[in-house]
Amino acid sequence: MPVAKTDRLPIRSGEDVVRVRQTVRTRAIEIGLSLVDQTKIVTAASELARNTLDYGGGGEARVEVVHEGARRGVRLTFEDQGPGIPDLAKALADHFTTGGGLGLGLGGAKRLSNEFHIESTVGVGTRVTIARWK
Amino acid sequence: MVTDSSDALLSVLAKEEPRILRSWLESLNAGDSPQTGRIRDAELRTQAQAMLQHLRDALGSGASDAKSEAFAPLRDMLGDISRSRALQGFTPAETAHFILAAKDPIVEALNGTGDPSLAARAWPISRLLDQLSLHTMEVFLASREEVIGRQGQEIAELSTPVVQLWDGILALPLIGTLDSSRTSVVMENLLQAIVDEEAEIAIIDITGVPTVDTLVAQHLLKTIAAARLMGADCIVSGIRPQIAQTMVHLGVELNVVSKATLADAFALALRRTGRAVVRAKAPAPTGEDRT
Ligand SMILES: Nc1ncnc2c1ncn2[C@@H]1O[C@H](COP(=O)(O)OP(=O)(O)OP(=O)(O)O)[C@@H](O)[C@H]1O
Ligand SMILES: [Mg+2]
Repeated sequence: MPVAKTDRLPIRSGEDVVRVRQTVRTRAIEIGLSLVDQTKIVTAASELARNTLDYGGGGEARVEVVHEGARRGVRLTFEDQGPGIPDLAKALADHFTTGGGLGLGLGGAKRLSNEFHIESTVGVGTRVTIARWK
Repeated sequence: MVTDSSDALLSVLAKEEPRILRSWLESLNAGDSPQTGRIRDAELRTQAQAMLQHLRDALGSGASDAKSEAFAPLRDMLGDISRSRALQGFTPAETAHFILAAKDPIVEALNGTGDPSLAARAWPISRLLDQLSLHTMEVFLASREEVIGRQGQEIAELSTPVVQLWDGILALPLIGTLDSSRTSVVMENLLQAIVDEEAEIAIIDITGVPTVDTLVAQHLLKTIAAARLMGADCIVSGIRPQIAQTMVHLGVELNVVSKATLADAFALALRRTGRAVVRAKAPAPTGEDRT
């Protein structure tokens, strides 16, 4: 799948999470996503970036504009070298949290995206990839 | 451990001070990072002179480590200079340049004596000045962070005003990103105002919040619960359609009355507190209005 544009953003602080949201918003507008879809992908990005920061101990976000035939989309990858997630099904379930949150971030990000993929290895880290298509 | 060679070193530094100062100041005013313009020449000269004096005092005591007690006055002075440079908007490089620019003139003065034992002192002194320049950087960055932290706090307080709309009715118009530190200020302000005004209803308006994610939702939920404990009901207004849809997908429920606009929420609050807004008389025809 051809990638038209890539931004790599560090996630080390709360401000970095804001920066990730802003970059995703800019790219979503560029590819012509509707206001609702912009809001969805930006909110999903916010959830995943904050998980990377809070649970992954920081990491990196990759924001890509991708083409598939005539379709355009934004693809986001969040990667950390943190503790990993021992039970993915549990983590994805609503209201499961180990950090005193609402436990809705991961499942919510999945529902807000067209594509959702998560890989996690205990002691190695976590990578979540999502995409939203125009 | 004051030795003969220390005495000799100090006397060279004293004797050569005018020359050292001159070329030091020249180098400060030249190059890519001129320090004049923003700092008056006289002030720069005073700072440079004071620094040389402190340096001689410290070297006179036989110390050679910039972290040692003997160098404390010099470090303090450089700290003050760095702090004020940081506040004046100098770059870190410009700030470090102040002390680094003293290196060449001092080394030249020592080499110029033609005395090998003095020339041998040039290297440790130049390392010492390197250490001191690192110290200026540390102080500089720490003061920058202080400034940024303070501005952040000021913004947090400034941008979260609680306004009284009517007796017992408060509004909290939220604008911008709700990070954790700002949100706790928001919460405290609102709860305090509920107590102070004995408010029955608090309207939280989120028209100006660009993203409502689970963190923002959790802050809202906590605020609403705490307000309830203080005896006030919350109404959330300004949930735009795209935000509403996103909240549904997230699975977030605020379990609170919500209204499209602050005006709608205010009307509801008036009704709930047993008030009604009525027109005192028929509206004037628009024609009359213009005269
Ligand atoms: N990158 C990660 N590394 C390690 N653990 C993670 C990571 N992301 C999520 N988790 C685990 O999965 C759980 C669920 O995440 P989810 O985002 O759904 O909820 P939450 O972050 O706890 O609360 P919130 O609703 O505020 O997002 C987390 O509590 C955490 O234990
Ligand atoms: Mg989360």
